[in-house]
Amino acid sequence: MVKDVRERSVDPASQEMLTVAQRAGMETAWDRLEKQQPQCGFGELGLCCRNCNMGPCRIDPFGEGAVKGVCGATADIIVARNLLRSIAAGAAAHSDHARDVAQTFKLMVEGKAPSYGIKDQAKLERLMKEYGVATPVALAEAVLAEFGKQNGPIQFTRRAPAKRLELWQKLGIEPRGIDREIVECMHRTTMGVDCDYVNLILHGLRTSLADGWGGSMIATELQDVMFGTPTPTFSEANLGVLERDMVNVIVHGHEPLLSEMIVAAATDPELMERARQQGAAGINVAGICCTGNEVLMRHGVPSAGNFLQQELAVATEAVDAMVVDVQCIMPALGALSGCYHTKFISTSPKAKFPGMTHMEFHEENALQTAKEIVGAAVMNYKNRDPTKVHIPDIKSKCMVGFSVETIVGALGGSLDPLLGAVKSGAIRGIAAVVGCNNPKVQQDYGHINLVKELIKNNVLVINTGCNAQACAKAGLLLPEAADLAGDGLKGVCRALGIPPVLHMGSCVDISRVLVAAAAIANALGVDISDLPAAGAAPEWMSEKAVAIGAYVVGSGVFTVLGTVPPVLGSQAVAALLTSGAKDVLGASFAVEPDPRKAAVLMIDHIDSQRRKLGL
Amino acid sequence: MKEVFVRLDRCQGCKSCEMACAVQHSTSKSLYGAVSEKPGPVRRLYVESAEGLKVPLVCRHCEDAPCVAVCRTGALSQDPITAVVDRDAARCVGCWMCAMICSYGVIGQGAEKRLAVKCDRCRDLDVPACVDACPAGALVYATQGEFMEMMRKAAATKIAREAKGLA
Repeated sequence: MVKDVRERSVDPASQEMLTVAQRAGMETAWDRLEKQQPQCGFGELGLCCRNCNMGPCRIDPFGEGAVKGVCGATADIIVARNLLRSIAAGAAAHSDHARDVAQTFKLMVEGKAPSYGIKDQAKLERLMKEYGVATPVALAEAVLAEFGKQNGPIQFTRRAPAKRLELWQKLGIEPRGIDREIVECMHRTTMGVDCDYVNLILHGLRTSLADGWGGSMIATELQDVMFGTPTPTFSEANLGVLERDMVNVIVHGHEPLLSEMIVAAATDPELMERARQQGAAGINVAGICCTGNEVLMRHGVPSAGNFLQQELAVATEAVDAMVVDVQCIMPALGALSGCYHTKFISTSPKAKFPGMTHMEFHEENALQTAKEIVGAAVMNYKNRDPTKVHIPDIKSKCMVGFSVETIVGALGGSLDPLLGAVKSGAIRGIAAVVGCNNPKVQQDYGHINLVKELIKNNVLVINTGCNAQACAKAGLLLPEAADLAGDGLKGVCRALGIPPVLHMGSCVDISRVLVAAAAIANALGVDISDLPAAGAAPEWMSEKAVAIGAYVVGSGVFTVLGTVPPVLGSQAVAALLTSGAKDVLGASFAVEPDPRKAAVLMIDHIDSQRRKLGL
Repeated sequence: MKEVFVRLDRCQGCKSCEMACAVQHSTSKSLYGAVSEKPGPVRRLYVESAEGLKVPLVCRHCEDAPCVAVCRTGALSQDPITAVVDRDAARCVGCWMCAMICSYGVIGQGAEKRLAVKCDRCRDLDVPACVDACPAGALVYATQGEFMEMMRKAAATKIAREAKGLA
């Protein structure tokens, strides 16, 4: 049956490719979501426990059947334990990414990873000073030690405003070590350990803070040192960035360790010559998901799209290699690429997939492996079926690369102009809009409509991840998009020549948002929770988003979720997250699937914060 | 006339049918709304476990239904065309005559008072909520004839495969 593709995505390129995929009989995540209907109500409510083999147990949400698991765990305990495990998984993903970056950094400064170098010497020196070490090797060792610390502190938590740090210490949630907190999540949630939902959630916050102010921040900072701190640059986004007459290599996943090398290899004269011999005009690299954001931010490498476009890219029959590392890579790509000429190349020893070609990537000879991978793509160009090639003629220009350093630079070296605009009301507040795609939400509908509503109301938006790509595709990352903003924000954007929506990077780069929030709070002499600021994840799906949501709220930012987290099976846990947390952390969650209503929640919060600050 | 049939070999015991039934009989008719309703909604079918099997039990809407026959207030009645046994809450006094005579134990109690609660085969839906919710195809909404044809085809396929294997 032909599905209405307009109900599945607001992105015209996605709609076009969904039609093409349907005609070809190809299945996508949207079809699989339909086949999963109805989804399990116990799972939706977080009421299923599989943590021991007396179970699986589930709690009857209506109180008629079992109200306790075999061990006696109630809905509150089960929901809180499941939430803690999600946070642990999300924090583990960001932090293991950071570990790889830190290990590569160490190899590099020891001279054992010749493919990598130092691109931002100034940041390296700032970090050495921050850590109180004299050499890059000592910095590498100090950063790597953060993972295995037993009693903290994690250095970057010292970037938080003093009031916030004191609050964490008072609540006993200052993280002690990145790995320790994640391990403790698994210990606490195994059979017969922590059975107090408040205690469980407090540890969840501590674990998430070890991610936001630990793992994620380490990843961002060392990536900036090795690959350069992003500066404003122009590029393009959407499936139309694929080139009909060039070898197209898509980098998909999360770690720039790989994508940076692929980008470098694609300019190798020998490979370019080989591409020409194969009849191609050149080699075109494009990104999907956050590894795409990393090379978009630093090199202006175009983005082929966000999470839900990974399958659609393959369906163009124009992708000669889909090169992946870790996170958000659908195992469906294996079977799908089997139906097209696309070579699906996995590179991480941690992530293998059915139907892949595995070309394992190691830091010691990274560029050589990258050249082999690009070479495989070049040699695959001739295998395209030209009758099947279908590239939507749809792409948008975008301005990207807004690291904190860049924003301060654009402001003339200090935050004062921004603070002035906030104080005068030209900028009503700041919203961080982040997160995934989720086929439960019409693709990009939540992202775009929320962001448009915010800027219309003079809220400056900073974004990362799949939201940033959605906004790039919708033309919202251009200085001209200021026309869609309210008069105050429009004036600021025009004066500075910046878009009303600032792309700050990948999902680990939400650490940049924390750094910016801390800097603004410090400049005003208040806590982050006092700022006229809010966060949102309109289409989130990943466990990483759960960890992010927790550290953002734990850092004091009110956050609106667009899809319902699996916690409603416990009214106590839901109440703690949506209201009780406010009394303790100065911030809480809200759930609102309608992006326009979500904007109202965020703006109301911003207005109430302004009143409290006397603005 | 369609009825709810059970394929015992398919039931995984996930209780999705129970949950969907309760939600369908809630005020909000949505899962997230129903969990905060007071009183909570009540399910009308039950997944029991016996002899190592998971057995969904749902009102059979028996012909000349015993529960209707013993109801002393006229609260239970049977539709002459669809055979659906339904209950009029205003007339039910909670005497439990119906519960005592039901061979399947599928007469429940209202959340707040003694009020017989039973399957109404989801009057407002084309397919009952329990059948729609079953992820394993254990519940089938079909006429008796259709259901038997389906079972015969499954049996014939099995026999044919075995015969081929022997030949």
